[in-house]
Amino acid sequence: MSGTLTIDGKTIPFAEGQSVIEAARCAGIYIPHLCHRPGYAPHGSCKLCTVFVNGRKTSACTFPAAANQNVVSDTPELKQDRLRLTQMLFVEGNHFCPSCEKSGNCQLQGVAYHLRMLDNHYPHFYPQREVDASHPDILLDHNRCIFCNLCVRASRDKDGKNVFAIAGRGINKRLIVNSASGKLKDSAISVEDEATRVCPTGAILIKRSGYQLPIGQRLYDQHQISEVALSMQDDHEQ
Amino acid sequence: MSNKIKIATTSLAGCFGCHMSFLDIDERITALAEVVEFDRSPLTDIEHCGPCDIGLIEGGVCNSENVHVLREFRKNCKVLVAVGACAINGGLPALRNFVSVEACLLEAYRDGIGVDNPQIPNDPELPLLLDKVHPIHEIVKVDYFMPGCPPSADVFWTFLSALIEGREPSLPYELVHYD
Repeated sequence: MSGTLTIDGKTIPFAEGQSVIEAARCAGIYIPHLCHRPGYAPHGSCKLCTVFVNGRKTSACTFPAAANQNVVSDTPELKQDRLRLTQMLFVEGNHFCPSCEKSGNCQLQGVAYHLRMLDNHYPHFYPQREVDASHPDILLDHNRCIFCNLCVRASRDKDGKNVFAIAGRGINKRLIVNSASGKLKDSAISVEDEATRVCPTGAILIKRSGYQLPIGQRLYDQHQISEVALSMQDDHEQ
Repeated sequence: MSNKIKIATTSLAGCFGCHMSFLDIDERITALAEVVEFDRSPLTDIEHCGPCDIGLIEGGVCNSENVHVLREFRKNCKVLVAVGACAINGGLPALRNFVSVEACLLEAYRDGIGVDNPQIPNDPELPLLLDKVHPIHEIVKVDYFMPGCPPSADVFWTFLSALIEGREPSLPYELVHYD
């Protein structure tokens, strides 16, 4: 099935099997997101891409595009929801941008800048989280994990390794590593893996690769995440 | 003189980097001085804040004195602004939130490398440390936030210009930074 749908009053085409967010992206319309990535199975956990489809709120990344849908994304209410969700992500983890190697290239930051987030609104959790620096080439800093599941999907679906999983629920939710010790050094991960490159934040970093660009020249210094997301290639199409 | 807008500033658990960045507005400070005067501030050495239009708070809250100063500012300032990463999310000082106060003091004053004459400072004049460092919005109502570590001089200028002219401050994309 293919045809057209409208998003914020604009009529756009969609292809068979496309989600609402992908149809929008192909038509040059950015819907904020963190757990979605073109070419990856949808996960629908961050809820930033929540839109109205025919009057009902749903995640644009999991909802199939269909003929004559009326999608509404750009409203003050949805923007406010997205801002609050992003603020919750910031207070739920430990996101200290000035001391993070990913700063300037971080999608969580990019989305927050896009939403003009100036404060964190909520009280901070300051949860006690670990840093796994055991691997010679890869750093895993749980403080910055937002449970987007992208590394889980990358390792399972792209690398064929199943290195990561999400365990626990609620505030006890955490990223776990598939190895006897639970440490990254004893897992099957290697530095060439897709799983080392999909993290939207600084939770998974390649060691000795930080601070390559000075402040002012980094990705989100130069471009809004809306431009960056729309220019992403479908090079991992399943 | 009395028509001038009164601004008070302070640094709580901060490094004064935000104040330094404020001074980076350079010669624009003369235009600012035409319309504002400073009350309590490291720039004036006035010790207590009187009634003010704008209060700028740098730094988070790490000890009992910070709480008192913050409340004094809130009581006296019509508009209170959280300035910089530490005021907004605790910043670098909040990295001690993952260590107990006891462990922190022992490491700094007794067990740490190169500590001379080890003793935990306990002069009654010293403010007591809180168990955690907090952003200021967890203690008082905050009206506006200026992110950055530090917020650039242009952020200060854009923001204060709007407030002084009675406009709602808004920062363009390139001025919103958390580092």
